[in-house]
Amino acid sequence: MTDGKTILRVTGVSKSFGGIQAVQNVSFTLTAGEIVALIGPNGAGKTTLVNLMTGTQTADAGEITCDGLDITRQRPFQAARRGIARTFQIVQPFPEMSVIENVSAGALFAANAKNRAVAEEEAMTHLEFVGLQDLARTPAASLTLPNRKRLELAKSLAMNPRVLLLDEVNAGLNPSEIDGALELIRKISDRGITIMIIEHLMKVVMSASERILVLHHGELISEGTPEEIVHDDKVIEAYLGTRYAARHRELAGG
Amino acid sequence: MTRGYVILGVAVAVLLALPYFGDNYLMRTATFICLYAALALSWNFIGGYVGYPSFATAAFYGLGAYTGALCQRHGVPMPVAWLVATVLVGVFSVMLGYAVLRLRGHYFAIGSFATVELLRLIISSWSSFTGGGDGLNVPIFPGGPEVVGQIFLYIMLAIALMVFAVTIAVDRSRLGFGFRCIHQNEDAADMVGIDTTRYKIIAFGLSAMFCGTIGAVYASWTNYIDPNDTFDVLLSLKVPVMAMLGGTGTVLGPILGAASFVIMEEFIWAQFLEYNRAILGLVIVVLIFFLPGGLLKMPFRRLFSKIGKGEG
Repeated sequence: MTDGKTILRVTGVSKSFGGIQAVQNVSFTLTAGEIVALIGPNGAGKTTLVNLMTGTQTADAGEITCDGLDITRQRPFQAARRGIARTFQIVQPFPEMSVIENVSAGALFAANAKNRAVAEEEAMTHLEFVGLQDLARTPAASLTLPNRKRLELAKSLAMNPRVLLLDEVNAGLNPSEIDGALELIRKISDRGITIMIIEHLMKVVMSASERILVLHHGELISEGTPEEIVHDDKVIEAYLGTRYAARHRELAGG
Repeated sequence: MTRGYVILGVAVAVLLALPYFGDNYLMRTATFICLYAALALSWNFIGGYVGYPSFATAAFYGLGAYTGALCQRHGVPMPVAWLVATVLVGVFSVMLGYAVLRLRGHYFAIGSFATVELLRLIISSWSSFTGGGDGLNVPIFPGGPEVVGQIFLYIMLAIALMVFAVTIAVDRSRLGFGFRCIHQNEDAADMVGIDTTRYKIIAFGLSAMFCGTIGAVYASWTNYIDPNDTFDVLLSLKVPVMAMLGGTGTVLGPILGAASFVIMEEFIWAQFLEYNRAILGLVIVVLIFFLPGGLLKMPFRRLFSKIGKGEG
């Protein structure tokens, strides 16, 4: 699925809030069509990194480029129009609007649909894709949590993204709902959209992603295939502590 | 909704026919209904659609009145003076928008409120140019009170209908949809690709420019303006109350609200000479408290069926 073309390049990016270094000298690239997971314990700086990539916050140092264009200082709406879409850890609907209006906003403003009627038509196909077509005319505020996550996904898809950043789309879902969500993610990837899954649960991303980035205390401590990551001592240390890591090494050695 | 448009059509017809059967008091009240409807519709762009509580109405209105009056005093023909006022207030509001629209919620409200006071003080102090506290006389429109009353009723009606037409166009367009998205969730609006700052400035400009026109027309109509009358903080409060009374973020709500408010004000004024302000305030509080969506969203059917069953 990957054709080797770099879409997004993050180079030496840092961000601090007061005395707290949320993201520190992080560098990586996203290649067209791949599924990458960004994992790390709570507070590792994952969401901050996503915020920097989508213009919600601006990096103190470093550079982010999209197709070679410097986008470090972009505003969120510019990221959206450039094809960098995201879903939020805490879902962000337009609560009093109907489900289809929510989705058509993405088609209208980010994907620049010709008019509101065209945007609604497009929105409907995305609602069918995520399985919300029967709830198209209900207010977004009345949806259940799993359905709100689907709405969020449909809205992002309507933005016709090239890169989709999924910030904890699985949080708060039960195991069978997670399976459904992963199935959707694979189908989105089949369309050629580059996907970055942001998670703190490793289990969720092991099966879905081709490459994993591990963030800890704002630093990128490891990068590799799922197989490589689970055997990386630094990752085990970050997740389970130094004592467990030492024992793990002993067991592996003996 | 179609029923609303029919009622509006009838109301417009009545206003057009008014000079042929109404007395001066009725004409004056009708003109004020049109004036306030246009102001409430204007406020609706920023306050109703985008959801930013602006109290700058009186600032734009006053600035428009003074611009129009000063132009006319310097020999500019009346319609041109109105146009100059519209453009100047539009430009002023866009510049102001860059400064205050970065503020959110109540900070924006305070910023917009302060603008009224600031302009009032400038106009009052700059006596050599604006006449200061003595106010300004505006050249009298020829033809006598009867003719003037009729012409200005029609002009105010035309302006209100123009703002109404712009409201409908915005309501149905990409712009209006973007305004509503910002109202619902500004961060999410930004995330779906809406240039929120630009949209807010456009809404602010739309809400201001017609206030400028109306201010200038008011000055030509009354022939005299002073800072306290035009930069009236009460106007900045009354207009949003009218919009809320009718229903914000709708095309008909502000008109309904302005008409009911003016009629109610006149009625209460006539009935209770001493306590009219207090009673009016009380009525407004009760109406807004029990009808948060405005008169337009009033559940008429349920109300009537309840009364019919004797529960109400």
